[in-house]
Amino acid sequence: MVKDKNERTVVVPGEVVSDDASKLPGDNTYKDNGKIIANRFGVVEDMGKIVKIVPISGVYEPRRGNNVLGIVTDVTFNGWLLDVDCSASGFLSLMDYPRFVNKNDLEEHLRIGDVVYAKIMGVKKKGIDVTMKQRGLVKVEGGILIRVNPQKIPRVIGKEGSMIMAIRNMTGCRIIAGQNGLVSIRGDDKDLELLTVKAIRFVEANALTSGLTERVSEMLTEELKKLGKKPQIVPQEESFGEAEESSENKNEEVEE
Amino acid sequence: MSSYKKRYDGRKFDEMRPIKAQVGVIPNADGSARFSFGNTKAIAAVYGPKQLHPQHMQIPDKGLLRCNYTMMSFSVTERIKPGPSRRSQEISKVTEWALSSIVDLERFPSAVIDVHIMIEQADASTRCAGINAAVMALVQAGIPMKEMASSVSIGKCDETIVTDVSKEEEDYEDGEGATDMPFTILSNTKRISHLQLDGKVSQEKFSEAIKAAMKATEKIHEIQVKALKNIGEVIEA
Repeated sequence: MVKDKNERTVVVPGEVVSDDASKLPGDNTYKDNGKIIANRFGVVEDMGKIVKIVPISGVYEPRRGNNVLGIVTDVTFNGWLLDVDCSASGFLSLMDYPRFVNKNDLEEHLRIGDVVYAKIMGVKKKGIDVTMKQRGLVKVEGGILIRVNPQKIPRVIGKEGSMIMAIRNMTGCRIIAGQNGLVSIRGDDKDLELLTVKAIRFVEANALTSGLTERVSEMLTEELKKLGKKPQIVPQEESFGEAEESSENKNEEVEE
Repeated sequence: MSSYKKRYDGRKFDEMRPIKAQVGVIPNADGSARFSFGNTKAIAAVYGPKQLHPQHMQIPDKGLLRCNYTMMSFSVTERIKPGPSRRSQEISKVTEWALSSIVDLERFPSAVIDVHIMIEQADASTRCAGINAAVMALVQAGIPMKEMASSVSIGKCDETIVTDVSKEEEDYEDGEGATDMPFTILSNTKRISHLQLDGKVSQEKFSEAIKAAMKATEKIHEIQVKALKNIGEVIEA
């Protein structure tokens, strides 16, 4: 953990990140007078030739290819408007809905307030286009929807979904973590659902520490004991594609 | 010779009141901070970037920064009526201008960033405390910006330049009387993004005031950075 601390230097906007003239400014930095200067509050990540800043706070910035949870805010004649918890609204076109929809009956499928798990296809100046035509992208029914700091979502998901699987194997709740910070939790039991929320909040609060998966498991074992329940091992049936987002790759994609 | 030889609270002429700063005071906001100069206490919260409604206010090629400065009704001895007043609207606008030069608004087309500033207790220099808190809140909210900004008020009591004006100094009446000049200075380029002048000042005294402001804002900036790197902790200086 000490090593972890040393690796992470928090910088504020305007602070010099590196005065090595041979390095290139990466995400959230700019070059001025041969120095790389931070453009945003976050931790420095030196990747050899490029230095970038990984933000630790702030609202979700939509990127193409992200899987997000959206809440239907309006039904139009050719699709649905979604609130994806960022500065622009999402649009889900009829064509991007996995099933045939009668033009007069959009509300048959999704109504205002419904939650969908969708993929961002493109980010334009005016809004975000999303699609549901892919395996694992579904309408989310029932359960609890919580909002997590979007910068901490990679940690909630874990490497190849390890954190989500760990929590799920203890509480038996199905978890969908959208990269926009919305997380849906569905289980058979209210107490287990609330316990899952607690576990996710724990991950969110301790996102910058290491060995988190083990500590979450420990915490859950204890809490389950208090509830008088056994760990609910879930068979590997439907994994909702949560596993495919490895935390490290989140910021790799460069837009346009 | 100036009639103002010793400050009311015993400070040196270039000394600020004790400063306190804390980041992350409002968990629900995207960014928040508290900043105080002695008895002047300000709290700021930032929400956004988020969608802007009504739509006709949206600017297609850049975001909008909206500041809202309010004094709490108990912030002064004589209760002030809550809600917007001529004075608070002016300060809101001035704060907006002071901050819009550091925030990268081009990154959020047609979105809005809301900055709410509340004065908990007023003892002169409230707009400066408000701007300092707002900058910290904006940084914590992850808003991209080229550099930070710090604000301080420089006063002139008779012929003496004083840093961080207090209420008594603001009301100083002897000789030339009191002049109040709030400055907001950017952290890297040292450019002035906000400057107001209430009273009279000569050219020489004015350049002296700029020097005092540069010196004071440097110190404020240090405290702001320290507070941001230790979220939740109260930084005192």
